[in-house]
Amino acid sequence: MLKTFKMGGVHPAENKLSAGKAIEKLPLPKTVSIPVAQHIGAPATVVVKRGDEVKVGTVIAQSSGFVSTNIHSSVSGKVKKIDDVMDSSGYKKKAVIIEVEGDEWEQGIDTSDNLIKETHLDAKEINAKVLAAGIVGLGGATFPTHVKLSPPPGMTAEVLLINGVECEPYLTSDHRLMLEKGAEIIVGTKLLMKTLGVNKAVIGIENNKPDAITRMQEFTANEPEISVQPLKVKYPQGGEKQLIKAVTGKEVPSGALPIAVGAVVNNVGTAFAVYEAVMKNKPLVERVVTVTGKSVKEPSNLMVRIGTPVTDLVEAAGGMPEDTGKVISGGPMMGRAVTTLEVPVTKGTSGILLIRDDEAKRNEVEPCIRCGKCVNVCPMGLEPYLLMTMSEKKLWERSEDRHVMDCIECGSCSFTCPSNRPLLDYIRLGKGTVGKLIRARKSQN
Amino acid sequence: MSITLIYTVVVLSAIGIIAAIILYYVSQKFMVHEDPRIDQIEEALPSANCGGCGYAGCRAFAEACVEENELSSLFCPVGGNECMNEVANILGLEAVQKAPKVAVLRCNGTCDHRPKTNQFDGAKSCSAASSLYSGETACAFGCLGYGDCVDVCDFDALHMNPETGLPEVDDEKCTACGACVDACPKDLFELRKKMPKDRKIYVACRNEDKGAAAKKACDVACIGCSKCFKECPFDAITMENNLAFIDSDKCKLCRKCVTVCPTNSIIEVNFPPRKIKPEQVAEPTSAGPDSTDKA
Amino acid sequence: MNKLLTVSPSPHVQGDESIRKIMYGVVLAMLPAFAMSVMFFGWNSVKVTLIAIAASVFFEYVIQKYIMKVKPTVDDGSAIVTGILLAFNVPVGLPVWLIVLGALVAIGVGKMSFGGLGQNPFNPALVGRVFLLISFPVQMTTWTANKVVADGFSGATPLGLLKEGLKNGETIPQITSQLPSHFDLFWGNMSGSLGEISAVALLLGGVYMLWKKIISWHTPVAVLGTIFIFEGILWLANPDRFMDPMFHLFTGGAMLGAIFMATDMVSSPMTHVGQLIFGVGIGIITVLIRNFGAYPEGISFAILIMNAFTPLINAYVKPTRFGRVA
Repeated sequence: MLKTFKMGGVHPAENKLSAGKAIEKLPLPKTVSIPVAQHIGAPATVVVKRGDEVKVGTVIAQSSGFVSTNIHSSVSGKVKKIDDVMDSSGYKKKAVIIEVEGDEWEQGIDTSDNLIKETHLDAKEINAKVLAAGIVGLGGATFPTHVKLSPPPGMTAEVLLINGVECEPYLTSDHRLMLEKGAEIIVGTKLLMKTLGVNKAVIGIENNKPDAITRMQEFTANEPEISVQPLKVKYPQGGEKQLIKAVTGKEVPSGALPIAVGAVVNNVGTAFAVYEAVMKNKPLVERVVTVTGKSVKEPSNLMVRIGTPVTDLVEAAGGMPEDTGKVISGGPMMGRAVTTLEVPVTKGTSGILLIRDDEAKRNEVEPCIRCGKCVNVCPMGLEPYLLMTMSEKKLWERSEDRHVMDCIECGSCSFTCPSNRPLLDYIRLGKGTVGKLIRARKSQN
Repeated sequence: MSITLIYTVVVLSAIGIIAAIILYYVSQKFMVHEDPRIDQIEEALPSANCGGCGYAGCRAFAEACVEENELSSLFCPVGGNECMNEVANILGLEAVQKAPKVAVLRCNGTCDHRPKTNQFDGAKSCSAASSLYSGETACAFGCLGYGDCVDVCDFDALHMNPETGLPEVDDEKCTACGACVDACPKDLFELRKKMPKDRKIYVACRNEDKGAAAKKACDVACIGCSKCFKECPFDAITMENNLAFIDSDKCKLCRKCVTVCPTNSIIEVNFPPRKIKPEQVAEPTSAGPDSTDKA
Repeated sequence: MNKLLTVSPSPHVQGDESIRKIMYGVVLAMLPAFAMSVMFFGWNSVKVTLIAIAASVFFEYVIQKYIMKVKPTVDDGSAIVTGILLAFNVPVGLPVWLIVLGALVAIGVGKMSFGGLGQNPFNPALVGRVFLLISFPVQMTTWTANKVVADGFSGATPLGLLKEGLKNGETIPQITSQLPSHFDLFWGNMSGSLGEISAVALLLGGVYMLWKKIISWHTPVAVLGTIFIFEGILWLANPDRFMDPMFHLFTGGAMLGAIFMATDMVSSPMTHVGQLIFGVGIGIITVLIRNFGAYPEGISFAILIMNAFTPLINAYVKPTRFGRVA
């Protein structure tokens, strides 16, 4: 039986061009630039200096708070400099730039493909390893995983949801990972369950990946505590709140975290990274990145070291097509357009999407015809047309009353608008401003 | 027929009289005693309701004046000293004299000086664009050029120059209300003291990047070389975050900093053309008398 | 590589819907009804429709270009829709100058005076029609006899006959003998405004628009359902005084109004619940006017009245929020 979330949602063209391509290892780049702020929360503190020799897995920046995590060198070589570089956030951020020499790993890291299933570690030790390995949510939100695995006092997790939805068009990195590393994902899932102390896990996969569903079902056949839930294809099902609603039928209350309904959501990529960190001592130094686009010669799924410039990935996929007008880090619905191909791959980069000229520019904005489509597709039950107008008119208080902070920025409203109105642009602005106002109010009291 | 007419007249008159009595009673019963000076002050204010004073409007400002009963922290930038004197007279107080100010844009990153590195294609709003990324050029501090400041200006003093892509302040119309200062997400506007003949000298740059990066992004960026800082005889210049700043209260308009700035990021406005140095005149140039190549 | 990359906030893909697609979809959906009107009224209906479209487009263009001084957007098709709807709402014998005047009021007063597409609180075509109906009642109720009607029904509309008959003290069975059969009504073999006669053609257009997702089912079903239920109650209560509900569904502008005019995006509520309330309101007012009012038909008035309530409905009927805290 297919499940899905009830309210709103859209169906963008899937365009999963690289679904049939196995994950390939990308050759090592010449230099990497590893930003120290690759996660939500406080940027890590740099602990290396210019000229230092580093190996793969060496900690180069240390977690600087509870909501923060470690950053490791993804290559072996020499620290060239520590400088501000442009990353996919659109602003320059501090990064450690390392010149690559050879490929030497830190001691204790198991780089083999052997599947290890058993561990004697307890919940606390696993979580410590997760923090030490610098694991963050690999679905794109990059929230530090060890924080997610430590429910606030008074709250207990009841169910672990593994997010294999990949509802973004074009992207296939999670899909391939499930096909090729299914067994590891299951072990990772069990580790996560152990850490959270839950005895139920559900892997949610959208119905457009039947091969992944069967593969994961094979692996879970002997695991009574883990089940696979096929889901009807609908964007934004990969959103935490939507996935929880789809699988468990529970609604996360406005302003609360998923743990409020006893759910913890982790991406399949995160589950795999947890497996590697705990069983193989391997920190998060590489991830799967889909390189795709309608004009791309070889849409592919690449295993890429963190910090590799996007240019290298594009070259590996057959070079930059002449007609590229826009390059997106992430998927087309929520990804960020980058200003240059020099930006590095970070922990949150799930894909590199090259958009053709004819689709790069937005269509001309026309007047709102009050069709109400934005209201009907909003998965959070908001009124995007109203929130946009309020932002334009700077009516921040009213926009707060209309729950602008509930917006998950999925972009369904802008996607569906027949007048091509930049609804989300303004809602995001409203969200930012209202957020600032709320913080200012809190600090006053 | 006539009966109907009479009825109508009588009934309507009765309603009128009853309503009048109610209104009179209510106005007496619920009359709010208000200081008449509030009305007087409001009369004296420019009634632009711009909020430049920090209050919601002219009425709110007038109320504040009466309530505080001293004017040291209250000033109407639009009306200026003249207006504040009048307010002081009404209240029988001493007005605080403030130097009139004018807004300046601390960015000179025109299309020529600052090459584009990408094209923006979102909502045409500076605040929306700046919440997304650093901007269409390599300079993360400069003007975005979508005119949020022009939109908030109540006095028609800001206009976009399509050639430079930058907004221009009309000194005559600018009242220094500060709306543009708040509207600019890059914090490029500054209210500077009005100088004689509307002369201005200021650092038209906010770039805090290191010199090389700043220069690469924009020809006329302040590279933080500190030359002006060393040159200034009046200690009006301060250096912070690779950026020079000229304090308009201390600046004496000597123009020495303008001469030494290697990137022309210090701008002089409304000055007569410099006298051409004698040795330059002595050397006739092939380009003719128009080419007064000054540093 | 010297080409500059484009940067914009997400989402980076857009759906393929556009105002043009919607408007021309509506035009397409109106074709069956138009074909039926040509069949029943002859080429005159083509003339009326073309004049109404031309006048609407012309006025929109002139007003945008010379009065509002903005780039004319007549190619978006909204003026064409207004023109066709206006034509559908007038008798086929209406003089040309009245059609042009109606288009001027529809576009000039009903739409442009509020700021153009998307700003008008009332359905522009209905503003034009009601203006004509009130100002020129004689011309607007001079019905041309239906070409196909063989047994010589007079030119009056079924609803007009009903009202007239009741006024003369006749009972329903007596009146029914003068009226076309239900099958004729459904097919469109009756007198009436140009586009409103054929229920089947209008329903066909409605199904097309539902399939293309131009409209949702909520408004039309609420309007027609309310008319059916309310008329049904009246009919059951006193069959000598009230016609049966099917008669009311197929006559007058009920179908045209419910499917094409109440669903006008600009002047109808945003949410589905709002649309249901809106539709029920239209149904009730229509039934009240038809049975107890001075006019034989009331759906135009009903829609305009409910249009006025749309902002209120939008303000109070909010979508169900995800994870709302009670």
